Formats: sequence, structure tokens, C-alpha cells
Amino acid sequence: MSAPFGRRSCEVSENRASAGYRVFSLLDPEGPQPAPGQFYMLATAERWSGGDGRPFLPRAISVAETGPAARGVRLDFLIEGVGPGTDRFCELEPGERVWITGPLGNAFSEPRQQHPDAAGAILVGGGIGVAPLALLRRGFSERGVPHRVLLGFRNREHSGGLELFCSAAGALCPEVRLASEDGHAGHRGYVTDLLATILAGDDARSGVVYSCGPPPMLEAVRSLCAAHEVACQLALESPMACGFGACFGCAVPRPEGGYLRLCVDGPVIWGDEVGPTAADADAGARERDLRL
Amino acid sequence: MISANEREQSTWAVDFCGISLAHPVVNASGTYDAIAARRVFGDALLEDFPFSAFVSKTITPEPRAGNAPRRIWETPAGMLNSIGLPNKGLEGFLAEDLPQLAELPVPLIVSVMATGRPEFARLVEAVGAREEVAAIELNISCPNVLSGLIVGEQPSETEALMDALRPLTGKPLIVKLTPNVSDPAAVAAAAEQGGADAVSLINTLKASAFDPGTGEPALAAGHGGLSGPAVRPVALQQLRAVSAATEIPAIGMGGICNGADAVEFIAAGATLVAVGTESFRDPRAGARVAAELRSARPKRLAAPVPLDLE
Repeated sequence: MSAPFGRRSCEVSENRASAGYRVFSLLDPEGPQPAPGQFYMLATAERWSGGDGRPFLPRAISVAETGPAARGVRLDFLIEGVGPGTDRFCELEPGERVWITGPLGNAFSEPRQQHPDAAGAILVGGGIGVAPLALLRRGFSERGVPHRVLLGFRNREHSGGLELFCSAAGALCPEVRLASEDGHAGHRGYVTDLLATILAGDDARSGVVYSCGPPPMLEAVRSLCAAHEVACQLALESPMACGFGACFGCAVPRPEGGYLRLCVDGPVIWGDEVGPTAADADAGARERDLRL
Repeated sequence: MISANEREQSTWAVDFCGISLAHPVVNASGTYDAIAARRVFGDALLEDFPFSAFVSKTITPEPRAGNAPRRIWETPAGMLNSIGLPNKGLEGFLAEDLPQLAELPVPLIVSVMATGRPEFARLVEAVGAREEVAAIELNISCPNVLSGLIVGEQPSETEALMDALRPLTGKPLIVKLTPNVSDPAAVAAAAEQGGADAVSLINTLKASAFDPGTGEPALAAGHGGLSGPAVRPVALQQLRAVSAATEIPAIGMGGICNGADAVEFIAAGATLVAVGTESFRDPRAGARVAAELRSARPKRLAAPVPLDLE
């Protein structure tokens, strides 16, 4: 389904804290329902340029949750303030307006599109990267696709978005397991430790892994899945000016040479479509671009 | 009997090197992939195409993958890029892209670049022979490929290249000027002397940034080209100087975000204006700029604005 052509102005209906992150909601009167993994290019209608002339470009943000609104759809975005653009989103107030273009990019596919006997899905999220997995999990839950969810966080501050994986009563859904580097919740260590244990089981190959998170985590997921011959889909992030194939900024190396354009060829990529270093090719030592 | 609306349409239309355009706003080469945009937005792109002519991304003789990331970096009121001209090469372009670009509802201008005159000639002959192509833009100014700088920096090199290419096609040849020279008007005059039908300016300004977190260059290539509103005043002065030194029409660009910006470029001597980086922020920016220009354009701009000689 095509995205509406051009950007459109949407009203902010809510902006709430979620641990150290924020979740803000937009009312999109004309757009289609986004699919899990898709993203929008977002820029506030007012004050989208601070004292030093930034932010200037819109920011590519995955949709974390969506639902029907009185008119059109509600779009929820999980935000970590790490730079002038995301900081501006964090301070949005209800009634303000945001320019959006989208939904853009591809989406996660169903386990059975990968192989007809797929028994289920394993979702692996880290930090702010849990966002697209929240929408994916809800879809699997509603359609009865067996799934397990592994979420990892550095510490409590970086554990925002967990409520997106909770039942209406507020309890964490039973299929969710947590890992934290500081041990404040769940397994003390990396979320990929949990994945390694599961993949060591006999039936691992009947599952499909879906993952989003910081580049070193994605690379660990990709190599674990490759070692166990488990199919995996990774939602990657790359510097992106436009989101619709115009700027050629979001290049991700292909194993066979050349580059993907993450905005139109992704952001969801099969693990074997990227090389061993592609998932962290851009990040270097950084976990996340601190300028967004 | 001509209706008021039709009269308005006809006065709004622009003749550019014999090509009739519905309005004066085109895209800057390399800032809009109409094929990808049609995949993303569907045929709504064609029904509401933002530009009055479409300028392709630069085509080179052989395919290019482009530069390694990181390729872009946000800067104050602008951005750096070092994309590296990824393209399918001449054969791939003619076979795969040109048929799709021919479906656009506007005239097509194909941008070409090569490192030597024989290769440049091969591109101009092959592209110029295709009836889908209305005009050719010669990229002698891309700051990301070393060879591009050489011709565009030198009036004599520019005129010699034009002497070689001019006889090869009857189609309009537009020379894209580099701003990274001390005297762009001299290069523009040389292009005109060599038979160019028009010039377009500015390309991006050679620029650098460093990641303050690591101290490393922000772009993998070390440097890139600056675009966006940050370059607009530089573009306007270069356009004034080029317009004063030449008789041929100019396509003015450099940080145009809205109709008021476009008015400035027309005041500085542009026949057409091009929208580049702003399309990244607003995929329909071209149509918006055209509509705003239409309502904002002062009547006194019918006459060129004289340039004070400094």
C-alpha cells in the first residue's frame, strides 16, 4: 500500500513519560494503518530549528503502536532524547502539530512466509529498539502466532516502552522475558544471552527471529542466528534525510557488494542480506547516533 | 476565447531553451529519485508531479556503487553529503531507468558525467539520441568525484569540453557549475562561448564536519558537499555574477525552501529555479514552491535586476 504523497500535518494528542523515554501520540486523519517495522519521517511544525540551526532534517522513527482514532488512526512513537531532534519530540505538548511522511519502508513478514512449517517467532529487542517489536507482538498475539519476546535494557532509565508489552491489566505479558545489564530486572546481562539459550534448544530452526536494537546487539543476533541456521529479520537504522529513496544517504553494504538503500529496501532486512559487519558498519563504537 | 484561467496558465508557462514548461520549478540533480518515489507514493506522484521538468541523477559511463557510509551529516540549516554518484551506468540507465522516467508527465533532463572527453562524448551521443530526453545537463562540478572538479574549475577546460560535445547533439546542453572556484562567472562565460544553452548553479559547496563524540571526520569520505538554506546567500551572489557575465538562461538553486526564496533567485537572474535538499524534508516541496512563487512573484521581476560591478 502506498504512503500518501507528501507530508501532512498531524495533531499531538498525548506525550507521556515511559522510564527515561517518552511516548507521544499523533492523530493521522488520512493515512493508512502502518505495518510493524514501518517508519515515518517526523518533524515538528513549529520550532524545528534550535539556536544552532538544528534540527534541520526530519527524523526517521518506527511506529510503536497504532489504533483507530475518532478520525483516521492514532500513531504512537517511542522516543529517547539523544539530540536536537529527539529532544524536541520529547517536549511536544498536546495540540502541537507534527509533519509526517509515511508509513515508509517495508514491514516484518509472517513466520510462515519464511517457511510453511514455521512453529513460531522469537522477538529480540534492545533499548529504544523495542518500539517496532511492540506492534509486531500485538499482531502475532491477535492472530495466534506462537511467539516469545526477549527484551534487554542497559538499566531502568533505558527500559522505556515496557508497558507496550503489558496486558490491559498492566501485567507484563507471560511470553516476555527481560534482561538488564545492571540486573535491575530479569536476567543480569545481555538479551542475546537469552536468545543463545533458546537457540541451543532442539526446535530452534522452526522459528523465525525478529530483532531491533543497537547495532552491536543486532550483529550478535545475526551471527547467533546464522550459527544455528535460524532465519532472522533485523530492523536496521541508518542516517536518513528523506525516507523515500531520494537522498541515497542510508546506504547499507550488501554482502555481495554494492549497497541497500535502507529506506526503500528496508528497514527490515533478512539476516543473510547484510554482511557480518553491516549491522554495525556505521556505528563504530557508538551504540546510537547521539545527534538525532 | 481564452479564459482567464488559461491566460494565467500561459503567462505562467516558461520557455526554457525551446522546451515549454508549465512553471519555473524543477529539481536539482541527485535529490529526487522519481522511480523510487513512485514505488513509495504510487501513481499519486504522477498525478501531482512536483516539478515542471525532471532532472535525473547523474549517469556515468560505467555503473557505480557509490561511497561507503557514512554518507550524510546534518549541519546548521543544511546537510553534508558524499553519496558518490551511485548509478547503473549508461547501459543500465538506458535499458532500465529511461523507460520508467519517460512515463513522467514532464520533460526529462538527463545529467551526465565522465572523467574524460571521449567518455563524456559517448554519454552525450547516446543520451542525446533518445527521443525521451529533452535536454542534457553536464555535471562538471560534483565535488565528490575528483575528476569532476578539474573541468569545472578551469574556464579553458570547460570551453574545450563544450567544443568537443556541442557538435554531438542538437539538444540543449546545460552546464552545471561548481561553486568551489574563485570566479564562477568566468567558467560560465567559457561554457557559453563553447556553445552551452544554459547554466545551472550552484552545486554543493565543498565542506567538512567532525563527529564531536569521536573526533573523526563525520563522513567516511572525509569531506562532502554542503546544501540547504545555509548555502543560499552564496548561491545568490554566484548567480548574480554568472547572470551578469552571460546571455544564456540560468537554473538557480541553493537552499530554496519556499516561494520567497525562489523570488530571490529569479531576482538574481534565474530563468528556472531548482529545489534540492528541501524535497528531503517535504516530498512535494517543488509543487509548494511553485504555488508560492506564483502568488508571491512581484511584477517588477519581469526585467532583470542590474548587477553592481564590484
